[in-house]
Amino acid sequence: MATVAEDESPRRERQSDHEGFLAHKRMRWLKIALLASLVAILSYALVDVTPRHNGGSWYGYTLGTIGALLIVWLALLGIRKRKMTEGKWSLKAWTSAHVYLGLSLIVIATLHTGFQFGWNVHTLAYALMMLVILSGIYGIAVYATLPAQLSNNRREMTKGQMLDALDAIDRQLENAAQPLGRAESDLVIGALEQDPFAGGIGARLTGRYPDCRTVEALDAMAHLDGDAASGKVLSLLRKRKAQLDQIRRHMRIRAMLEVWLYIHVPVTIALIAALTAHIVSVFYYW
Amino acid sequence: MTSGQDRVQVAIVGSGPAGLSAAAHAAHLGMSHVLIEKTDHLSDTIFKYQKGKHVMATPSNLVLRSDLDFDAGSREEILGIWDRQIAEGKVNVRYNAEVTAITGDKGAYVIEVKGGAPIHAENVVLAIGTQGNPNLLRIPGAEMPHIQYQLDDPGEYFDEHITVIGSGDAGIENALGLAADPAQRNTVTILNRRNSFARAKGANVKLLEEAEADGRISVRRETSPQEVRPGELVLDTRDGEEVIRCDRIIARTGSKPPRDFVEAIGVQFASEERDAFPQLTPTFETTKNGVHVIGALAGYPLIKHCMNQGYDVIEFLNGNTDLKPADQPILEEKFAKLPDRYPVEHWLDVIGSNVAIFRELSPLQLRELLLDSTVEAFAPGEAVFIRNEPGSSMFAIAQGSVAVEVNPNDPSVTVPIEEGSIFGEVGLISGRRRGATIRAAEPLVVVELSRNAALKLIATVPSAGRVVNQISIERQLLQMFGSGLTREDVAALVQQAEVVDVRAGQKVIEEGAEDRDIYVIRRGSMIVEKDIGGKPVFLSYLPAGSYFGEMAVIDGSKRTATVKAAIKSEVVRFPGEAFNALLDAKPRLREKALEEMAGRREVTAFVEARKDSFGSAADMYSETAQFLVDNGIGEATDVLLIDETLCVGCDNCEKACADSHEGLSRLDREAGRTYAHLHVPTSCRHCEHPHCMADCPPNAIKRGPDGEVFIDDTCIGCGNCQRNCPYGVIRMDAVPPEKPGLLSWLLFGKGPGPGEASYSWRKEHSGEGQAKLAIKCDMCLGIDGGPACVRACPTGAAIRVAPEKFLSVTREGGLD
Repeated sequence: MATVAEDESPRRERQSDHEGFLAHKRMRWLKIALLASLVAILSYALVDVTPRHNGGSWYGYTLGTIGALLIVWLALLGIRKRKMTEGKWSLKAWTSAHVYLGLSLIVIATLHTGFQFGWNVHTLAYALMMLVILSGIYGIAVYATLPAQLSNNRREMTKGQMLDALDAIDRQLENAAQPLGRAESDLVIGALEQDPFAGGIGARLTGRYPDCRTVEALDAMAHLDGDAASGKVLSLLRKRKAQLDQIRRHMRIRAMLEVWLYIHVPVTIALIAALTAHIVSVFYYW
Repeated sequence: MTSGQDRVQVAIVGSGPAGLSAAAHAAHLGMSHVLIEKTDHLSDTIFKYQKGKHVMATPSNLVLRSDLDFDAGSREEILGIWDRQIAEGKVNVRYNAEVTAITGDKGAYVIEVKGGAPIHAENVVLAIGTQGNPNLLRIPGAEMPHIQYQLDDPGEYFDEHITVIGSGDAGIENALGLAADPAQRNTVTILNRRNSFARAKGANVKLLEEAEADGRISVRRETSPQEVRPGELVLDTRDGEEVIRCDRIIARTGSKPPRDFVEAIGVQFASEERDAFPQLTPTFETTKNGVHVIGALAGYPLIKHCMNQGYDVIEFLNGNTDLKPADQPILEEKFAKLPDRYPVEHWLDVIGSNVAIFRELSPLQLRELLLDSTVEAFAPGEAVFIRNEPGSSMFAIAQGSVAVEVNPNDPSVTVPIEEGSIFGEVGLISGRRRGATIRAAEPLVVVELSRNAALKLIATVPSAGRVVNQISIERQLLQMFGSGLTREDVAALVQQAEVVDVRAGQKVIEEGAEDRDIYVIRRGSMIVEKDIGGKPVFLSYLPAGSYFGEMAVIDGSKRTATVKAAIKSEVVRFPGEAFNALLDAKPRLREKALEEMAGRREVTAFVEARKDSFGSAADMYSETAQFLVDNGIGEATDVLLIDETLCVGCDNCEKACADSHEGLSRLDREAGRTYAHLHVPTSCRHCEHPHCMADCPPNAIKRGPDGEVFIDDTCIGCGNCQRNCPYGVIRMDAVPPEKPGLLSWLLFGKGPGPGEASYSWRKEHSGEGQAKLAIKCDMCLGIDGGPACVRACPTGAAIRVAPEKFLSVTREGGLD
């Protein structure tokens, strides 16, 4: 229908690709990681180490060096993320590389072991690394699936707005409960006094709050629905329940998006310690 | 002295700032004089200002030349000083004297005074202003006593239903004043004939809207008064007649020069236009010898100008015709940079006679205009501006000529613009960047008019407006249809062009209609839609500088799609026949147009062919595009979007923003609207015509080299921009103290860590008395690597797009 004005200029790095970290640059880092794994597997099969493959051969040292350097570099993502220096870098590209190169460690480090495991610091380092990788795989899975749920649940509200909405309901509830009898008032007061989000990590991750007094009050007063004053309180309690559900869902999804980092990051630090011990001991007993 | 046949040298009518200053100077020089005032006090307009109103003394760079003192201050202070100085200066004032007619000629004027002896004078100075002549209500019941045309003290009305009529600043300020103190228990209503308060200052409108939201003022739009009854007012609303309770009406529908009275004296006005002012010489003399006009009636509403003119006119009458206006030193300084060191008068003469758009300006108006502008000289080959530079000023060529480099790839291809013409007007009108590099072709002197000065000129001098319009339309046509065309080729088209204002959402072309016009978008933007099965399907987005509607013109078909405005826009309409005639004369142009048309026809046909299989994907695509347009992306030049299927809510974008700047985040990720998982966070859109720039006292908001709108360090923290921004992206805050480094946080837990520090931490660690200044996104101006929010997003959820490109964002899973 019409002619668009000429594109104006080579702008600065403002336009950005609309691609997620997994698909970044047409899966560049997946390809690189696959290639690296393939080369490692092929060379493992082709290189003849006597008496058998182990971490102490020249081939094992090569894989070990690559693996150790990779681990250090992967850990540096934590710094990169927090250090807002100038320059043409993108955290998305770092994340993409972090994910795929981290996964390739499964191949590289396992081949480095030559499948020799035991109850020692060497296998400890390997086990810790696998733990970090496993938690990372969980991270990728939730990053890929949960953001859409989080967005749906928010319904354009910020967390602050959700809490404000809850406060508003609570104020109305307090007023509406004035005409109620003693027993019912106590139920409402009990619900209002309770910290509706207490319940520890289990409640946070499951979104289940079995001792929720709002639910209890709803159940206990359900038979009073016909009466005008109680009816109003009941409808407000239902609103409160719905608002609580939204906030709890929000907290649950956020918790699931974050919980793995509480394994991923501390175990990484433990891994680096074990790795240091592993390397030092190997060279000490050389 | 004024009785009988005693004739004074000068009679000054009106005791506003201009008249007062004139009378004070006449008294100082010992000239026989009389100051005639209609009321029983001096300076009625300022006397009737709201109690305690702060009176400004702008323009600040202009020196005051008067026997009276004046500086910014409250209404009471200023009136007090003047009353005292007029008494001390032994000025001869005649109060309660309403002039009904002025007859006679130079040397022997007779001034008739209502209910009193006439005054005889050799010369007359009219300083009557325009406020004494308010536009009166012309509806049944308008003569009733509870209608008033000014508001002295909003604090003196209690328990009343008050209706303010008028949508200008005066009306809004009155309404706000009446509703300011809830203890007065007034019910305040303001009526606006139109839908928006376009004539008022943005900050006032914002305050009014806040008052409306709080329920303090009832704002009625598209409503006008129909009949006044005791205690009631009949309204004509969009939905029919309505009667409201009304104890008092305050009508503030403007004022105009009392033209009949002035013309009866024998004075001619500059034009037939309703708002025209009397024709004046540089000594303020009108076409009637001996009658002078100064102040607001001469077109100068500012107090300082008025007072200076009062002084000057008496000097002229006293024979000092060599007196230079008070702005002379400012102009001298401006012209000092030019070669040859000619006097100010020489340059005024050159500029006024050479430049087409200045020709109808009086010498006074030209001086005024130049005060707001800069004058510069360029050597041949020197660039005035470079392609893609941002800039919204307009240039007028006073001497010499320039060459426009029309082909960005080959600077040797140029088009000349001759002496007296203008350039740079496209940036002024569309808000987009410079389309071409312009260099001086010979020794060049140009006047650079700031955006505001240029807009004022276009609005107040009709001939200048016409010339600018014509030139800009002509240039736009030449630029759009490419080289090979000359001004003569498009002259017929330009002649028939018509500029049309389009409301947001208004349809310019309707699908299936048979009209035959072609349109060019001058400012704003359009969206193209096609009706498929009763639902509009979004086809494309057209920014300013595009043309549309040519398909029907070329092949005579019906309109194939609907084009409507994304935001308030301006389009130029050309009749189809004229365009066809141009195509007939230029076969190459027809070929080019047909080629482009084929491409567009393919898209339309593709949409048409697949209409049955569209279903929800196309709906989603159209609705998402509509959502983005509704959220101001139609006027954006660059916007941050968040894909919520990728966003994990880590807020690293906000942290990066804070850490890349002074420690405060300029974006709120979570807030804002979302549609189909596409989230528009609260962050600057860098509008084409930024609302924030509209009312910035120190002019601290600028457009940077990449089109970013940023606030420089001259910000005074007044908060106007924050109120004017419709998207709520500007915050007012003090610069926080320096944080400990990242490593000391990481290893030893020192400081608040990455991102914006909590309010309490900032408060605890910052020094006293930090001023709150305006902060907004500057698109990481000067930071290598570009916007930090995008660089710091770990999942790729944060993206920045220009509106031309946002289709590809919405298209995901859409039509492709």
